[in-house]
Amino acid sequence: MAQSTQPIKDPLTGAETTGHVWDDTLQEFNNPLPRWWLYAFYGTIIFSIGYWILYPAWPFASSFTKGFNTVTYQTAEGQEKTTHWSMRALFAKDMQEGEFAVKQRQYLEKVAATPYDQIAQDPDMSAFVRSYGASVFNDNCAACHQAGGKGVLGKYPSLADNDWLWGGTADAVQHTITYGRNGFMPAFKETFNEEQLTQVSNYVLSLSGLPADADAAAKGERIFNTETGGCYYCHTKVGKGLQSQGAANLTDKVWTIATIDANAKPEDNLTKIKAVISNGVQRQMPVFGQRLNETEIKVLTNYVQQLSAQ
Amino acid sequence: MLKHESIETNSALLIVLTLVAISIGGLVEIVPLHYIDSTVEEVKDPQTGLEMVRPYTPLEQRGRDIYVREGCYTCHSQMIRPFRDEDLRYGHYSLGAESKYDHPFQWGSKRTGPDLARVGGKYSNEWHTQHLTAPRSVVPESIMPNYSWLATTPLDYSDIKERMIALKKVGVPYTLTKDEYAGWDEKKPGDQVVRHPGTVERFGEATANLLDINRAEQNIVAQAEKGNYDGNPELLSEMDALVAYLQVLGTMVDFTKFESDYFVQFR
Repeated sequence: MAQSTQPIKDPLTGAETTGHVWDDTLQEFNNPLPRWWLYAFYGTIIFSIGYWILYPAWPFASSFTKGFNTVTYQTAEGQEKTTHWSMRALFAKDMQEGEFAVKQRQYLEKVAATPYDQIAQDPDMSAFVRSYGASVFNDNCAACHQAGGKGVLGKYPSLADNDWLWGGTADAVQHTITYGRNGFMPAFKETFNEEQLTQVSNYVLSLSGLPADADAAAKGERIFNTETGGCYYCHTKVGKGLQSQGAANLTDKVWTIATIDANAKPEDNLTKIKAVISNGVQRQMPVFGQRLNETEIKVLTNYVQQLSAQ
Repeated sequence: MLKHESIETNSALLIVLTLVAISIGGLVEIVPLHYIDSTVEEVKDPQTGLEMVRPYTPLEQRGRDIYVREGCYTCHSQMIRPFRDEDLRYGHYSLGAESKYDHPFQWGSKRTGPDLARVGGKYSNEWHTQHLTAPRSVVPESIMPNYSWLATTPLDYSDIKERMIALKKVGVPYTLTKDEYAGWDEKKPGDQVVRHPGTVERFGEATANLLDINRAEQNIVAQAEKGNYDGNPELLSEMDALVAYLQVLGTMVDFTKFESDYFVQFR
């Protein structure tokens, strides 16, 4: 391989070669990059200098060059601040001044300022609550309560009916969402023997007018309404349940834990009720007061109430 | 004319110079992040002065191991980006500090399922257990596989101490000695005293006890019994650990204690 100051040309094609030759005749041609490509490349280098000047770029010691470009944004607390360009500052700006943020906030402020029962009277606000509420509901609630709030029998209460464990007033629903709930019924398998269990279960079935052994139910009532079982503490003597305790109303036909079916065999229903009493209930509704703000919860409350009204 | 001929004909030199060339990009982009102070934000409780982001408890750490073992990261990211749509759906954008004790971090780059960076506290333990066992029983449109064995597989925590010691070696402040736990004063020449804070000073006593490697086994059992994450008090299962981990994700920093733009200053 010869070193030369003159470009070496391939005698056959006349193309410039790098002078590298392998195996006698295999040569490496020197095909330079197209000019346009080369100038574009130089252009990017010049561009990067401008970029370094405007944006955060070069690291040094324990900091970095911030660049001359700035972002001015309003904080949620109402202060105006200016800082060097950063994604977090742009985010803060978008949260306050973005086109959709502004539109949405106008509605949310209106909802926040409107007394609860008047929201439904304003069709525009009501439509907003329906669509905004649906997206908040689908993100946060639907995993348990399912789309449309139909719930999962035995696990997560339906929000689409008008039966409420913890109360269905706006205040109660808002409280449930903000602070969460701990649904608890003790397990009675240690307290009741098999006979007592059967008797109480028969009474519970009879409360909602389902076929039950009348004799056993009468005995069950005594357990239910005395210290033996103490069921009446939460479910009350008439079985309507205290909403302050999240105790189910046992006199209606709505079941949230046991899959009771009026058309099923009475023995099957009895077995299911016995299982619930025997094992107790432990259910938890998470706290959303930290995840959602007051207005979002208000919208959600309104949305949930709309679900049950349908 | 061409100097590179001498490089191209010397394979050892070629290898060395290639490595030098390609490492420049990495060195310039990655190394500075390790000494720029604001890369990992200091997140201290404004009232108590305690660090808000703590290492995982032994039970949560085992849950995290299971998360990695089952490859949850292939479908779930743990990184909320600073965009309005992400904030509305998932919550406050993720901080560097929030994954500083993750080895390796679980940021991810692909969301087949939703982001999990702030899933902690969003659903009940019961829901998580049900959902991991049979996802479609609660989310009909889900394509997540069933992980039903988690609830029936006992959690193996025989090597928890070794696992914590390994993490300690890469900088996670789990403690083995009294000094690491309670802190210590180093006397320097000229009556100078340098305070090395222990985990009690940094995180508070209750948390410091959870980070004590010597108590790891008791802590696992105690947390699982108290939390009863899988709803089955009879068995300390892998489900207990995984749910404990999921329930702590994104919950360590209480953003209500800071101004809405407090974390802008770190970028």
